[in-house]
Amino acid sequence: MNFTPMAATFAGTDLVGIAGERAVCDPRGVLYFPDFRLLAVSDLHLEKGSSLARRGALIPPYDTGATLLRLQAAIADYQPAIVVSLGDSFHDGGGAERMHRSFRERLEGLMAGREWFWIAGNHDPEAPADLPGETVRELAIGSLVFRHEPSRVRVEGEISGHLHPCARIVQRGRSVRRRCFAGDGGRMIMPAFGAYTGSLNVLDRAYAGLFRAETLMAYMLGAERIFAISRAMLRPG
Amino acid sequence: MPRYLWLVTEQPRLAEQNAAVVLPEPFVKWFAGKGWAPRAHQIELLAKAQAGQSVLLIAPTGAGKTLAGFMPSLTELANRPRRKPGEAHRGVHTLYISPLKALAVDIERNLGKPVEEIGLPVTIETRTGDTPAHKRQRQKLVPPDILLTTPEQLALLIASGDARRFFEDLRYVILDELHSLVTSKRGHLLALGLARLRAFVPGLQTIGLSATVAEPDELRRWLVAQAPVGAMAGLITVAGGAKPDISILDSRERVPWSGHSARYAIPEIYEAIKKHRTTLLFVNTRSQAELLFQELWRANDDSLPIALHHGSLDVGQRRRVEKAMGENALRAIVATSTLDLGIDWGDVDLVVHVGAPKGASRLAQRIGRANHRMDEPSKAILIPANRFEVLECRAALDANYLGAQDTPPLIRGALDVLSQHVLGVACGAPFDADRLFEEVRGAAPYAALERETFDRVVDFVASGGYALKNYERYARIRRTKDGLWRVSHPRIAQQYRLNVGTIVEMPELNVRYVRQGRGMAGRGGPVLGKIEEYFAETLRPGDNFLFSGKVLRFEGIRENECVVSNGTGANIIVPSYAGGKFPLSTYLADQVRGMLADSDRWRVLPEQVADWLRLQKEKSVLPKRGDLLVETFPRGNRHYMVAYPFEGRLAHQTLGMLLTRRLERAGARPLGFVATDYSLAVWALDDMAALFKAKKPSLGQLFDEDMLGDDLDAWLNDSWMLKRMFRTCAVIAGLIEKRFPGQEKSGRQVTVSADLIYDVLRGHEPDHILLQATRADAAAGLLDVSRLAEMLSRVRGRIMHKHLDQISPLAVPIMLEIGKESVNGGANESLLMEAADLVEEAMGGWPGPGAVT
Repeated sequence: MNFTPMAATFAGTDLVGIAGERAVCDPRGVLYFPDFRLLAVSDLHLEKGSSLARRGALIPPYDTGATLLRLQAAIADYQPAIVVSLGDSFHDGGGAERMHRSFRERLEGLMAGREWFWIAGNHDPEAPADLPGETVRELAIGSLVFRHEPSRVRVEGEISGHLHPCARIVQRGRSVRRRCFAGDGGRMIMPAFGAYTGSLNVLDRAYAGLFRAETLMAYMLGAERIFAISRAMLRPG
Repeated sequence: MPRYLWLVTEQPRLAEQNAAVVLPEPFVKWFAGKGWAPRAHQIELLAKAQAGQSVLLIAPTGAGKTLAGFMPSLTELANRPRRKPGEAHRGVHTLYISPLKALAVDIERNLGKPVEEIGLPVTIETRTGDTPAHKRQRQKLVPPDILLTTPEQLALLIASGDARRFFEDLRYVILDELHSLVTSKRGHLLALGLARLRAFVPGLQTIGLSATVAEPDELRRWLVAQAPVGAMAGLITVAGGAKPDISILDSRERVPWSGHSARYAIPEIYEAIKKHRTTLLFVNTRSQAELLFQELWRANDDSLPIALHHGSLDVGQRRRVEKAMGENALRAIVATSTLDLGIDWGDVDLVVHVGAPKGASRLAQRIGRANHRMDEPSKAILIPANRFEVLECRAALDANYLGAQDTPPLIRGALDVLSQHVLGVACGAPFDADRLFEEVRGAAPYAALERETFDRVVDFVASGGYALKNYERYARIRRTKDGLWRVSHPRIAQQYRLNVGTIVEMPELNVRYVRQGRGMAGRGGPVLGKIEEYFAETLRPGDNFLFSGKVLRFEGIRENECVVSNGTGANIIVPSYAGGKFPLSTYLADQVRGMLADSDRWRVLPEQVADWLRLQKEKSVLPKRGDLLVETFPRGNRHYMVAYPFEGRLAHQTLGMLLTRRLERAGARPLGFVATDYSLAVWALDDMAALFKAKKPSLGQLFDEDMLGDDLDAWLNDSWMLKRMFRTCAVIAGLIEKRFPGQEKSGRQVTVSADLIYDVLRGHEPDHILLQATRADAAAGLLDVSRLAEMLSRVRGRIMHKHLDQISPLAVPIMLEIGKESVNGGANESLLMEAADLVEEAMGGWPGPGAVT
């Protein structure tokens, strides 16, 4: 491994290559590119709780707070110059407006002093109300391009979200399912970060054609580290 | 004529006993015409009811309990003037509620005929989940006199806008199989429903029908409004009929040390089946049912018609088995508790119980199945699957002869159920919180409910009850200017109706059969039943497993289906089902301890078992009845500790979890533990006996009750079991919706899984009322904490430590369990690590695709 110094800096994380760029897969579900001091996070789905509450399911209103706390910890560790939120940052168009004042302040605190990009997602195609940061369809940096939905054609260097990948293994007769980064060296699909986000197995047909099967790896999120699992060990469902 | 309903014997002294009772003329004639006389308890019940009392009738199977229950209604209806043309339709007169749909249907059939023969102007109808919509509509407009239904349907009726009118003429509520209704959350919902009915009709009378129970007073309180607290219904008890003829199989074969299959006894069981007309074979779990069925067919050289019946099988298949049974077309049926309740099943002349009967009342009920005539002895054989079960069977047998019965203790009314009820009440009509609080406290399970808790429940129903007041604008119910709480939108009532009830199934998959060789491409085969999702997830395509009496090959999971084809006999896996295990009852556990302590009682045991106990006495020691024996011994390069509390597997598992935490802190380096119904084994790298000797900690300190404090909380909060219970509570309380069959697995953005909600809520509002409800459930049910607490306080200062050089005879059964099941806490991470290491090894340290070097 040539990354010893980096590995020492980011203990408990895995360095992977995407189209020649180096990235840290963090077990919290964020991706950090040390060469650009860029942190990417996907599918925050802020205010999902209140979005469902509007329709009568009064699930606890703490998801936004929980999600932001975790994001805050990741930002504190890496101190990125650039943050890219890869779309579906809010669960619906009214999410930013509904956000409790305390959460809005926390979010603004995270954004202060760094460049912040909101990538438009299918849940939040418009810029979030009254929040700083720049809303863009996609963003290109180095040999990388960041967008919400993975494109159907094969591309090199694409970082996307949208599909909420998870992976499942069966070991000693027991099944373990975790959110994961899914990558084949060319592209990377990020796990959903939001506290109330579900997930979809990387072997589901929604991913058909996106990866080179022979090099597909699932970087499953552990409590303190990433577990890199190859295609052959993964199970559907 | 179904004999169990109308069975009467020669007891002509009724006139002397109950001169005051008014039996209407048509009844007197009808009885006379049949040459029968009503039984004493039937008349007694009628007398109490006519005097305005609510009544609990406790009687064994076959005593004519059901007729007795209906007598007050039928006689009153017989005397009621006919409705004149043009007069408004009357509301329901009598509500009959049973735990089983099938029972309601059964009663409709069996009650209809005599009602017709007596010439009573009475309409009887059922209303269950299967009743078509047009019939339900019609029932609302033209209610029957007697409505036969289930607790869930009552909840639905109460939540409808015309409930008060529908029930305004209600006189009686008959509650069948009350002993089995009251011990669950279903019972809580029903108790609340009854309280609502009493608010509609203050003079309402209830009639509870029950099998023998240990604490009749609990049921008597349950039947009437708890105002004043402690009020009770009248009681009528019918003594048991002929003593059942029960024996324990004294096998020619060697009884195994451990295990649950009872495979050793198959030839003897088969012989017994051949000697009888129809044999009912009961087992404790569905997996045991599958195994036994398989083994019996292997032995079935005469191709006797033997069938299988358990709750995971397809409904159609179950109905076919029941029908064949009613027609006496079967020689034997292997069944689990789905067949437990009082339905009439053909001419069963032998009950075989495989495995330990766990609770004595369970045994009594199951044996009641044979020979549904109270005056003839039932015949039953108990087949213990291992040596401890021999002791347990013996104790159960003694208990049955003593007439001792135990049912699980009634627990305080659950708050998730109360939440559901409060919303239901609001869906029916606006409510006043003060009055509803008083009404709810009238229901026995909620008699001790505090106002503050009630208000929190109302707040939860309204806007989630969160400290962060974010959802006021989305409230489901709102307090309006007149002080009443109302549903804020009609959609809320619709949602409520879809989610009513307290039975929350674990996620299950349909088992779909396709032709072999078609693999996942196969379509359209029959559905064999349902299997729990978590089991299906552990299978690999090509695995063989036992289900529905067949060996099936797992092909894969498609949407909500588990696709299977014909399997082969190699390496068969038996699915285990959650919730299929009953704990050993407290009473029976005490009996078993008593038997161990008293060598005089060993004479009634099979010789090989008595020998085993004698050997234990010689090599180690047998504890006194109230003592706890703890043995320690080295084996291999490990140190073992085996304790024998006899408190049931659940309590032992909880104990094991807590003991290993303590031993870990004490530096004993425990590696794992295993629990059975009888004992508990912990193994560690360090010598635990030395620790006890040095009092670091002493054995007394290790087993101190304070383990039930912080240690329990800490462990519980992370336990998957608690998440599972939270899901149930959240569904019952209406926080998340039920998952209906056929509904596809979550679209990834639509629903929020209960696990995620649990994590967020626990992190941000650990005292939320739903988390409180969840912990209460866990403590009461899943973990048996109260039982553990009783045990720990009982053995304080009475722990007997025996250090041995080697394993004792009594320890052999549990030592054989080691390795069969692993118990671990955070092991998921280590499984992932193993998988990741395998990948790394296979790839020779290759860092992954696209790595930059």
